[in-house]
Amino acid sequence: MVITPQRNIVSRTWGTSVGKKTVIATTGAVFLLYVIAHMLGNLKVFFGIESFDAYAQHLREIGEAIFGYEGVLWILRVVLLASLVLHMWAAFSLWYKAKRARPVGYQHRQRWEGSYAARTMRWGGVIIFLFLVWHILDLTTGTVNPLGGDESAYMKLVASFDRWYVALFYVLAVVALGFHIRHGLWSAIQTFGANSALKQNALKTFAFVVAAAITIGFAIVPLSVMFGLVR
Amino acid sequence: MKLTLRIWRQASPEAKGKMQSYVLDDVEPDMSFLEMLDVLNEKLVIDGKDPVSFDHDCREGICGSCGMVINGNAHGPQQYTTTCQLHMRHFDDGDTIDIEPWRARAFPVVKDLVVDRSAFDEIIKSGGYISVNTGSAPEAHAIPVDKVSADDAFDAATCIGCGACVAACPNGSSMLFTAAKVTHLGLLPQGQPERQTRAINMLAKQDELDFGGCTNVGACHEVCPKGIPLASIAQLNHDVLGATLTGARSD
Repeated sequence: MVITPQRNIVSRTWGTSVGKKTVIATTGAVFLLYVIAHMLGNLKVFFGIESFDAYAQHLREIGEAIFGYEGVLWILRVVLLASLVLHMWAAFSLWYKAKRARPVGYQHRQRWEGSYAARTMRWGGVIIFLFLVWHILDLTTGTVNPLGGDESAYMKLVASFDRWYVALFYVLAVVALGFHIRHGLWSAIQTFGANSALKQNALKTFAFVVAAAITIGFAIVPLSVMFGLVR
Repeated sequence: MKLTLRIWRQASPEAKGKMQSYVLDDVEPDMSFLEMLDVLNEKLVIDGKDPVSFDHDCREGICGSCGMVINGNAHGPQQYTTTCQLHMRHFDDGDTIDIEPWRARAFPVVKDLVVDRSAFDEIIKSGGYISVNTGSAPEAHAIPVDKVSADDAFDAATCIGCGACVAACPNGSSMLFTAAKVTHLGLLPQGQPERQTRAINMLAKQDELDFGGCTNVGACHEVCPKGIPLASIAQLNHDVLGATLTGARSD
């Protein structure tokens, strides 16, 4: 039996469950690279207000001669936003497909449901998205920041995390991000077809180490403000 | 052993089913799970009641006919074991055992524990074969196959199509089944000409039949009586990705 394949690469990709997963994996890789750079940038907070604010200023001036002031930053934002839309669109579409695939559930709870990280990918992703909205309103636009939008990035950060509940919310969000990366990274490698029975444990360990490093790298900043190490 | 069984009873595909309780007093630890159900059915027949329908054929773990979810576990608590090869010694006196059919839109319940798994046949028909002229067997040494590929292909080929992977998958996906066939044929020289179109056609059929998408949870591998590796799915993804990028087509 011959199924006429879809000829256009976009419909070929978007038309299959694996294609949508590839989109999720690719956009996830964009986020992962961004998140690593973001985390490393954050750590500049430990070098003082001048170092941190100069870094924040520099992000606006990179490539200014070609792209103009904040040009590179806006390109990055557009790429990230497009990735986010694709990532969530594909994920929701597969979520719907999975719900459809089992109209009648089991009476006895399934004994083996996979790792906590694997089980919480969908709702965990939703939580990370909600955090993202708050995070941008807090530290980018300053809408919900005690100091407002125009203050120095360092001062906004300290003012925000000086509220213990905000710091705690941030830490919980990066833990959720850690879980998302722990399953997402290895799962993306599997989606790109690079897994093998021999490599599987090594890949899962790799994903765990990357996820743990990112979680700690992010969480250490609000915790340091909370405990007065960064003022 | 005395056991309480809670079994899904559903008279027909359209009927509304429910869990029904039965008590069995004289279960021997050496009975297989299906023998235990045979004993229950004999009692039900003597009492003039409708026996519990379940699929079975070889009863030696190789045909893939039997399959039920036992206490939330496809094929029961013992790894790498089909329901027919599961023995009652894995349960304790006084246990309550929940027995349910595979649950998936693509596997509609026919009666009680019997589900229609023809969706798997549809997936196989869409590419799970090699197109060669049949005749007398070719000389075995004419086509060399390296040892690793031969072993991996054989491991994948041990899939008996029982459907436990679909039953256990939180997404109701048949990825492990499809991946086993794609891996089996894709690793062998005879499978190369149709390798890419096989992957996309079998996946397209699986998607069309309302199986869910894979999220690499790994429940399929945990319940698979043949232990098909989760990495087989990477092989399927690899071939699908290649076919998608190059635009492989079969007509």
